[in-house]
Amino acid sequence: MTRRSPLLAVPRFLIVAWWIQIKIIATSAFDGFLQVVWPLFFATSAFLVYRVSPDPDVMVYAALGASMMGVWSAIATTASSALQRERFGGTLELMVSSPTPFALTLIPITGAMASLGLYSMGATLLWGWLVFDIPLHIASPVAFVACVLLSIISVSMVGFMLSVTVVRYRTAWALGNVLEYPGWLLCGFLVPLSMFPDWVAGVSRVLPPTWAVQAIRESANGESPWVSLGICAALGLAYGIVAAVLSENILRSARRQATLSLT
Amino acid sequence: MSSIRLFFVGGLISFRALFSWLSPWIYIPSLLIAPIFQILLFVNLGRAADVGSDSFYLVGNAIQYIAIPCLFGIANTIAGERFTSTLGIILASPARRIPLFLGRALPTLANGWIVALFGLSVGSLLLGVQVPGSAWPKIMLIALVAAASCTGLGMLNAAVALRVRETSVLSNITFGILLIFCGVNVPLEMLPDWMAHISSVLPLTHAIEAARAVVAGADLGTVGSLLAKEALIGTVFCVLGLVALRFLEDQSRRTASLDRM
Repeated sequence: MTRRSPLLAVPRFLIVAWWIQIKIIATSAFDGFLQVVWPLFFATSAFLVYRVSPDPDVMVYAALGASMMGVWSAIATTASSALQRERFGGTLELMVSSPTPFALTLIPITGAMASLGLYSMGATLLWGWLVFDIPLHIASPVAFVACVLLSIISVSMVGFMLSVTVVRYRTAWALGNVLEYPGWLLCGFLVPLSMFPDWVAGVSRVLPPTWAVQAIRESANGESPWVSLGICAALGLAYGIVAAVLSENILRSARRQATLSLT
Repeated sequence: MSSIRLFFVGGLISFRALFSWLSPWIYIPSLLIAPIFQILLFVNLGRAADVGSDSFYLVGNAIQYIAIPCLFGIANTIAGERFTSTLGIILASPARRIPLFLGRALPTLANGWIVALFGLSVGSLLLGVQVPGSAWPKIMLIALVAAASCTGLGMLNAAVALRVRETSVLSNITFGILLIFCGVNVPLEMLPDWMAHISSVLPLTHAIEAARAVVAGADLGTVGSLLAKEALIGTVFCVLGLVALRFLEDQSRRTASLDRM
């Protein structure tokens, strides 16, 4: 039996596991439908409020921000319960005991969820264009696509950290649900950060989605998004590293105390 | 006598057993913290767009959040029975259906009322919205009617849960529809005509309007017709729900789909 080079094995594992997770998520058409429709309800409310403004740019601002809401929802609500789902399916122990580092097995899971967010993002922009006549003019398409993709990866790192942090919390899905609104608010998706007190804006600045939506808006407006995107990527990397370290420590503790299954 | 017992005791037992959200680890984040953040989101949105007052969004969102406990609460009593494999046993029992299902609605109604009042009181404190002391008893009554009305819609939702596996998805979508159509964040007169027509037959629309009027200083007599409409809509949905429960129960027996997971 031939052993694959680690250089090839890791990317192969990430891609195959990501694809399997996408297929698992796609088994429920209802869930997939909700993933797209749920942020649309809030986006529609926001569009109905913002359309009173005489400035057409406000609607573009709202549309781009609202499009990121689905990405955050996909991460916050579903990543928090990702390990609960594995536990319920009886596969958590198998994942933990496999020779692949546990942190590496989580990245494709949260990555698949973030990919669903991409689907929701497209749906929100399309909804805004079709129903509210919000122009979809992107000044720098290449930069825009780069911003969207890197944003998704960075946000999935937040999901990675969330999923690890709440591995021993039996009702993690409730925590994920409660993070949805604060994320939408704090990351400046629909409301400018300048409206918040300094300490709140300070919290916003350590969240990758804040910089992600800023980079996306800058690329759409024809401004340079690279500084915002760089900060978003750096924060995403930091979240990923912290989550990897945390996952090893939390797992070691859970195994020592036999609390992994929480039964 | 057995119907009264089934209504009160059976309803409370099934609610406590099947509405798993009563755990503080779920109740506090999902039913106490989340509505506050929904209020804060839309208050700030209104401020950014310079549309509406803080009070407008506070009242609208606090009352609308009744939909979460009321829709999920009743649907969970069906989905929970299925999950624990007791749905078939319940429906095979000779228990009268009206007290059986209405009994489950009563704790849900009370829970929705608590959630709305919590959102309103904490939201008003956080945002500094002045709600006159004399308005609170009227708001409590309006929230009660709103919770009853939304529980009526929840009965219909629960009936569908007899045939649809994904009850939480269904409840979430209904919640979203109420968010857009009931004048929660957009005044009804600013909605397109077709949306305003639909909103007039949905639960919560009239209660939200009544609560806003009361917070602005109106007395109960002024909002009496709104409350009557809200109660009527809730009753119609409740009757529709009970009829649908009966019909779908028969269908489920015929197609052997009761315990399909």
